[in-house]
Amino acid sequence: MLARRVIPCLDVANGRVVKGTRFVDLTDEGDPAELAGRYAREGADEIVFVDITAAPEGRGTTLEVVRRTASRAFVPLTVGGGVRSVDEMRDVLRAGADKVSFNTAAVAEPRLLTACARRFGRQAVVCAIDARRSPQPAGAALETTAWEVVTHGGRTPVGLDAIEWAQRAVELGAGELLVTSMDRDGTRSGFDTELLRAISSRVRVPVIASGGASGPEDFVVAVRDGGADAVLAASIFHRRVYSIDSVKQAMAAAGLPVRPVGQAAA
Amino acid sequence: MSRVKIAVLDYGAANLVSITQALSAVGAEVSVAASPSGLAAVEAIVVPGVGAAAPAMDQLQERGLVEPLRDWVRADRPCLGICLGLQLIFDASDEGDAATLGFLAGRTVGLQDAPTLPHIGWNSVNAVRPHPLFEGVADGSYFYFVHSFAPIPEDEGIVVARTTHGRPFVSVVAKGSLLGLQFHPEKSAAAGLRLLSNFVGLVAASSAGSSEVA
Repeated sequence: MLARRVIPCLDVANGRVVKGTRFVDLTDEGDPAELAGRYAREGADEIVFVDITAAPEGRGTTLEVVRRTASRAFVPLTVGGGVRSVDEMRDVLRAGADKVSFNTAAVAEPRLLTACARRFGRQAVVCAIDARRSPQPAGAALETTAWEVVTHGGRTPVGLDAIEWAQRAVELGAGELLVTSMDRDGTRSGFDTELLRAISSRVRVPVIASGGASGPEDFVVAVRDGGADAVLAASIFHRRVYSIDSVKQAMAAAGLPVRPVGQAAA
Repeated sequence: MSRVKIAVLDYGAANLVSITQALSAVGAEVSVAASPSGLAAVEAIVVPGVGAAAPAMDQLQERGLVEPLRDWVRADRPCLGICLGLQLIFDASDEGDAATLGFLAGRTVGLQDAPTLPHIGWNSVNAVRPHPLFEGVADGSYFYFVHSFAPIPEDEGIVVARTTHGRPFVSVVAKGSLLGLQFHPEKSAAAGLRLLSNFVGLVAASSAGSSEVA
């Protein structure tokens, strides 16, 4: 049975891992390749890098980070942030990444998802969706909850309904969705389970939950109630608040299939 | 003992970094071969690959790699197909309705009743019969998969392991020195490296055997 994945996310700026709350107040958390290698040894099922500067002049730095990581962490590697074309995606894959995630670029140019899926296969195309709850009238029913897509690292609302965009992204070519709640990101108040459920119940591709992890129980809830196939977190792993092992143990105890940490050669 | 020489086929379809790094990490001397000349001095060929079958076959043809590969497999020299590389060694693929290499009888078809597609992630590989490739790897160990298609071999005897996503599908085949993995050992952490290390060991044993004969 397909294991539910636990994925540490490394936000990278100028070749260093950084972390902030809601994309601001960034602090230095270490060397990306070193951290990725550590997580791979500790049982990470995949590593996600997000170049949060996403500046074209920083592309070489990101590719070098990917190369260094791919030579020491033998787990899948997803890279996002600032990839805007088929050729740029090709460069990232050639550096050793397995998938590329598109966020702002896909919203601006949805056909990019299709072009990249045609060239590299849907399995390599991840659509990252940053969503924020739309203001609701007082007393509105739960079913009317809506989420709006925001881009540029959470700074720009684009007037797109997140659920509709998720379905459209899959039709266009995304093989996976990385769904981040911007209301929860960095707050350690748990994943937005309703958002996850609203998306995972409408698409057939894997959904990665992101934004708000505070402890192992949140991972269980994201999968069990949110329907997520994978759960992503940053700060609780970087700061060693919880180990990947402790998260997986909680998931296994809840009856969720996970790849056991330290599953090595017998 | 000199290091085992392995060529990774480059036909423009794959991230070659991970597989070359992983084979190096388990002690092989790895080269990348984009033309037949790259196969001259090696002891084994790895056919990697992610993507669609039809363009991959076009690329193999264009680079003149199909016939050398056919001769190699006919001579039962060590060859390991990974993911798309496994699918290509069968007769044909439903993906783009492509005719493929035909080293093994059978057809590559879409995964049946899969709850999610593509099948992306870690899944357990369950042995149908023991094989030296899995020496020291616990049965049911998790490996990393990224695919939507899998081959159905005509000869059940070549099936080494199966994996279940919706319905069970064939995840490992072996016929003599021709081996195929639907998952990515180069992305499967410790279990994957152990398997690649076993492959390198099998190649070394095969080379030792043939040099005794020669």
